[in-house]
Amino acid sequence: MSRDAIMAALQRGLKRGPLPADQQAMLAARTVLHHRHLIPARGQLDLAGRVKLFAHYVEREFGTVTQLPNIAAVPQAISTYLAQQNIAPSVVVSPHPALEQIPFHASPMLQVRYGVATAHDAVSLQVAFAGVAETGTLVLPSAPTRPVKNNLLPDTAIVLLRAVDILACYEDAFDRLRLEGAMPRSVMLITGPSRSADIEQTLELGAHGPRRLHVLIIDGQG
Amino acid sequence: MLQSSEAFVGNATTAMADAGLQRALARAKPQFAKKRQAAVDKLPEFEALRDIAAGIKDHTITHLDYYLEVYANAVARSGGVVHWCSTAQDAREAVLNICRKAGAKTVTKGKSMVTEEIGLNDYLQANAITPVETDLGEYILQLRREPPSHIIGPAFHLNREQWEESFREHHTQLAPERVFHERRDILTEARGILREKFLAADVGITGANFLIAETGTSVIVTNEGNGDLTQTLPRVHVVVTGIEKLVPNIEDCLAMLRVLARSATGQDMSVYTTFSTGGRRVGDLDGPEEYHVVLLDNGRSGMVGTPFQDMLRCIRCAACMNHCPVYGAVGGHAYGTTYPGPMGAVLSPMLQGIEATQHLPNASTFCGKCESVCPVKIPLPNLMRHWREREFERHLQPTGMRYGLGLWAWFAKRPMMYRLGMRAAAVGLGLLGRKRGFFGKLPLAGGWTAGRDFPAPEGDTFFAKYVATQRNR
Repeated sequence: MSRDAIMAALQRGLKRGPLPADQQAMLAARTVLHHRHLIPARGQLDLAGRVKLFAHYVEREFGTVTQLPNIAAVPQAISTYLAQQNIAPSVVVSPHPALEQIPFHASPMLQVRYGVATAHDAVSLQVAFAGVAETGTLVLPSAPTRPVKNNLLPDTAIVLLRAVDILACYEDAFDRLRLEGAMPRSVMLITGPSRSADIEQTLELGAHGPRRLHVLIIDGQG
Repeated sequence: MLQSSEAFVGNATTAMADAGLQRALARAKPQFAKKRQAAVDKLPEFEALRDIAAGIKDHTITHLDYYLEVYANAVARSGGVVHWCSTAQDAREAVLNICRKAGAKTVTKGKSMVTEEIGLNDYLQANAITPVETDLGEYILQLRREPPSHIIGPAFHLNREQWEESFREHHTQLAPERVFHERRDILTEARGILREKFLAADVGITGANFLIAETGTSVIVTNEGNGDLTQTLPRVHVVVTGIEKLVPNIEDCLAMLRVLARSATGQDMSVYTTFSTGGRRVGDLDGPEEYHVVLLDNGRSGMVGTPFQDMLRCIRCAACMNHCPVYGAVGGHAYGTTYPGPMGAVLSPMLQGIEATQHLPNASTFCGKCESVCPVKIPLPNLMRHWREREFERHLQPTGMRYGLGLWAWFAKRPMMYRLGMRAAAVGLGLLGRKRGFFGKLPLAGGWTAGRDFPAPEGDTFFAKYVATQRNR
């Protein structure tokens, strides 16, 4: 009922009836064409340039970045980072194949649990689908292997990102995502750790999401 | 839903005498403008993107019936439900029904101006469902039972002492002798309290910054992550939003996002930009099982085909109020409407009627700053002028003002008479005020001279001088 009333009011305002079939077809074609609007030039660099710019923006937005040669270096990097921050060495890890390959057994001091974060998990390890150089943004689509809670609940979020997945712009990431199939239930674009300026216009980190965002960029393959 | 806009003139006077508010305004206003400018300066493409953003919205609105259909079909395909609502009452009932079916006792809420517009919290409360605001600013306002004073910085008018006072009053489960050493301590306390609410809620309600027609997706941007927890943790996610939030596809949405955060907070990108499409998928380990969209009209469709259609481009960034000298002097509460500032002065009469809001389109100096910073180039001063015309046509102004305007118009349409009159006044006042150089009081200008002196004219009128220079060339 409301639906018909809204449609009628819109068409009255637009001084026409329902859109003719040929015009509908034109609009449908426009939609699926995925025409890109003006993309800022600043992210459109070669891979090395994109990695550098991405890291620059993550750090400007109060995140931290470590570059690693391969995933074998991940356990030690996490242990070192957590020790520096004075955080207990216990991590909930998303059940993603890329993360399951990490040789955690080599670091017995680091407690690792694969699964979904609960309110009791202080640290998570997530894997990014892509990074966007334009603004230092992580692209995190939901999937059985990439739970959304792991992006949000822990105080400290560590995210693994392959250097080759650092793209120029958000459009590049959504193009890649379309190749994988339908739109995931959730796609989070994350730029830096959680924050609020609601108290006297003064920025404080760690409002409801993670206070710390640490990105591990893996340079090589394997 | 505050409805005191009839009292704007009195509210404004009170606001200007409120020392705490003036302190908050002095703190906030230069920051907003400075941050926006810094972000704009770093993106050479920004001006071009404003035109693109305006174009995307115009295209969508002129085909809004079509895109709404496409959107609703896509939501249904992803397993979600669209609830079409003509009025605020329809929307309140739709949300209540969803909550009742879910057996909800508490609902968490992400920041949403549309839920303020429809007065959702009071309605849920009256129906035995407890809404919990989770945006830090909205949370403290809920404790203090105040409406937001700004559409993106809802509690910017509060000072730190007021935060501490409210937290002590309401968080009685915590030690009363605790000390808030710094702002961070206030934030940490709110985080702890709200974390429990997030985990206990049965339903999560968010707004939407954009709706994407092609994929049936709702998009929210937050910095705190509160909206994201709200839509991730409970079993049911309800999006409450207006029909004008549509854009055709992802690429259109991304272009809009490039101007949104920069115009709002001066960030290149908000911390969390979350695209939600339907409920939990097969194999997913988290996410809501149900996904509902309460799609509100509430007067918006009636703006299409009128001069106010341009207002439907608005993406609620707040740049207009952040740069408005009137908002900067009186803050948001004085407007007495859900949406304050220049965008509110244009939108509120549409939603609530010009009779109840007639002062608001007059709360502008027409300096044009709002239009110059609007990311979708809404001609705000022009639209406020349209409302002033309608106000005049409907005889809503006081008699004295109408006569004054009538008299001025009579002269203004007769240039010879106008110049003669102005010249006589200028020369006359010049002679009268020659000694002191100013007037402390003037007949018919009591309001003006109450706050400042009126300088005595020196010499001839501008027009006379202009003509003289032209002759001498």
